[in-house]
Amino acid sequence: MKANSPWVFLPLVGFVLLAVLLASGLGRDPQELPSALVGKPVPSFSLPSLLTEETYTEDSLKGRWQLLNVWATWCPTCHVEHPYLLELAARGVAISGLNYKDELPAAREYLANLGNPFTHVIVDADGQLGLDLGVYGAPETFLINPAGEIVLRHAGDLNARVWEEKFVPLLPTQAPAPGQGEGEE
Amino acid sequence: MAVEIGHLSLWLALAAALCLSVFPLIGVYRNLSAWQWYARPLAWIQWLAMTVAIVALGYSFYINDFSVAYVAGHSNSALPLEYRLSAIWGGHEGSLLLWGWMLSGWAAMVGLLSRSVPLPMVARVLAVMGMISVGFMLFMLLTSNPFDRNLPWFPLDGADLNPLLQDPGLIIHPPMLYMGYVGFSVAFAFAVAGLLMGNLDPAWARWARPWTTVAWSFLTVGIALGSWWAYYELGWGGWWFWDPVENASLMPWLAGTALIHSLAVSEKRNMFRAWTVLLAIITFSLSLLGTFLVRSGVLTSVHAFANDPARGAFILGFLIVVAGGALVLFGLRASALRSNTGFKPVSREAFLLGNNLILLTATSVVLMGTLFPLIGEALDMKISIRSPYFNGFFVPLAFVLILLMVPGMFSNWKRQDGNSLLKRMALLAPAAIIAGWFGARLPDPSPWQGVLAIMLALFLVFAHVDDVVRRARAYKQGFVTGLGKLGRGYWGMVLAHCGLAVLIAGITLVSFHEVERDIRMAPGDTAKLGDYTFVFDSLDEYRGPNFDSTRGHFHVSHDGDPVAVMHPEKRTYHASRQVMTEAAIDAGFWRDLYVALGEPLDKSNAWAVRIYFKPGIRWIWLGALIMALGGALALTDKRYRRNRFATNDAGAANES
Repeated sequence: MKANSPWVFLPLVGFVLLAVLLASGLGRDPQELPSALVGKPVPSFSLPSLLTEETYTEDSLKGRWQLLNVWATWCPTCHVEHPYLLELAARGVAISGLNYKDELPAAREYLANLGNPFTHVIVDADGQLGLDLGVYGAPETFLINPAGEIVLRHAGDLNARVWEEKFVPLLPTQAPAPGQGEGEE
Repeated sequence: MAVEIGHLSLWLALAAALCLSVFPLIGVYRNLSAWQWYARPLAWIQWLAMTVAIVALGYSFYINDFSVAYVAGHSNSALPLEYRLSAIWGGHEGSLLLWGWMLSGWAAMVGLLSRSVPLPMVARVLAVMGMISVGFMLFMLLTSNPFDRNLPWFPLDGADLNPLLQDPGLIIHPPMLYMGYVGFSVAFAFAVAGLLMGNLDPAWARWARPWTTVAWSFLTVGIALGSWWAYYELGWGGWWFWDPVENASLMPWLAGTALIHSLAVSEKRNMFRAWTVLLAIITFSLSLLGTFLVRSGVLTSVHAFANDPARGAFILGFLIVVAGGALVLFGLRASALRSNTGFKPVSREAFLLGNNLILLTATSVVLMGTLFPLIGEALDMKISIRSPYFNGFFVPLAFVLILLMVPGMFSNWKRQDGNSLLKRMALLAPAAIIAGWFGARLPDPSPWQGVLAIMLALFLVFAHVDDVVRRARAYKQGFVTGLGKLGRGYWGMVLAHCGLAVLIAGITLVSFHEVERDIRMAPGDTAKLGDYTFVFDSLDEYRGPNFDSTRGHFHVSHDGDPVAVMHPEKRTYHASRQVMTEAAIDAGFWRDLYVALGEPLDKSNAWAVRIYFKPGIRWIWLGALIMALGGALALTDKRYRRNRFATNDAGAANES
């Protein structure tokens, strides 16, 4: 190191860049939906089912209030929230699963072992639908109304507190939980 | 009442911290030794006030004072006492109080154990630590006060501690981790004080070094405990997930490991001084960054605290003041630290420089991986970073690191004859290769990465044994006396390096030889896993203090011999209605058997059951503990117990 070498300020420059990056992340809460998607219909897609031979499209998500849960076997938090999804499903909440960038045998085994809270499971192997939905990572949960429009997005695990605070207030008062009243599973 | 006393003490501690960060520095620049002298008593007053505060919070938990918002949010009258007390750090506000208390504790210890350090240095170091304290106390008092009351409508009972945290491992994991994080503030304070003084002689490195080693040892234990907790409590058998919060603790550990080695060069050779100072700043800044990441809501994670942008903004501002300020000072003063002595490309210095570069590369890899969601956001890309990214970098980095460790330890300072070095390594390598080949094949054949990793781990151990024997023989009084004369600093290094070898062997074994089965089992069913037979005997229910549990009874035999009786559980906690998996683990030196209940299947009494055979998993934590023990042993080296501070003291020849 030479005397008064400008290199000694290099760490400072690096740190300033880091601080700017962190500050940019600060204003944005990763748990909030980018406003662009609120009220918009679910992007169109045509993807296979994990458990049956069907192919799903955006129309598969219409017709009732439901949750779209983005999950994967590689995601530890998904394991944490899984029991709560089962509990919601047992209470009659319709939940569609979006299996995100996952290995299919592992995903099938996961559901077989831990229980399947999903009415149907859409396979998004290369993450294209996830990209269109603006998914940051698994797990994320979208609330979708009968018209197939996104009402809410929640990033991170779904638990009783989040459910009561964020989801329940948005649901129509007649139907206390999505999926109820439609009678189909 | 206790809460008001605690709250008042926190303000008192802030006052003491403010005085501590101002008066001793005025004393230094006005040359008033009396003002400098105040540094120590002020540090002790600060610690006393913080102790009263944390005891007051603990007392509120003890008497179930649910009028205190923090107690109501993190405890419950049915919660067992030990968890009521560990709930002090079960949430954001309380864990900050623990942070602050430990910071004041480190400052008090520096005041107590710095008799041999000149007063102007002590005054500067304690003043810098006082400034850090001011930041943390303001953070608590302005945004996250653990002593806020829920008046007049307070709940009759608390919301309970998160069931994941109701666990013996979690009683001690956060304190250990924080002791490490906060402990690096001492190295940071020494670095800044050194920059302010413009004089970093070998004595400076010798004062800073033991503090860094203690902090590093605590952090090592803390990370190991966290990994152990994740393994048995989360219920899916993994021990490291590259989660942002785990990464937040790994970054200061990697940088701190680099710092320990760089301090060695600064102490022995009076070199790498600017580099050492920079590493001290980076290490503590990464500790603060970890705190920021966990609490700001910038990244989501399994064990992130309640997210709050206001808190994030405060910590970011604080980080900018602390790290930015220190780096500006570094930029202005580092040129003065240029050293005149040199070293040859083959020398211990050169290998330690390599070690530092590898460790810093690893730190950057973790930093990039952790922040990538943010970077991707800024560039409008959506890419998820998962373990293949981290493993892809870490495995080769670890291999190179080991290949540098052995020659580094064998080499002399300043210059080393390359031929004799190669000869010494060439003698050991065949032994490691042969033993590694058989060692790795013992369980069943491994892929080549597994074989190579075992060989390198053995190479590391053999090299250290060889080195110990050679050095002990060099003493004229004979081998056994020589062993005793080697110095505890040296033994500490040997232990820590061998701990790394154990850790690597453990990771290799469990990565390549674990067996996992997810199966449907009803009482009466039998499952085979290798030579082990698991029989699901029965299922019953019982009621715990604050949960209901469904418990399975398994017995396991190995080739017909009974091995273990295991009781995995599924618990439902009353207050939060959360369901937790309590895995049953039969731990052993060579292997763990792990049974976890998944979900009940259908209407029958069959369950999805996960069974794992995990060879060598204990070695991961054992290795980490050995490393921490090595750090602790190095601390007891006689040169730190010496009550003098001659700068030309070369220390015993063997210490590294």
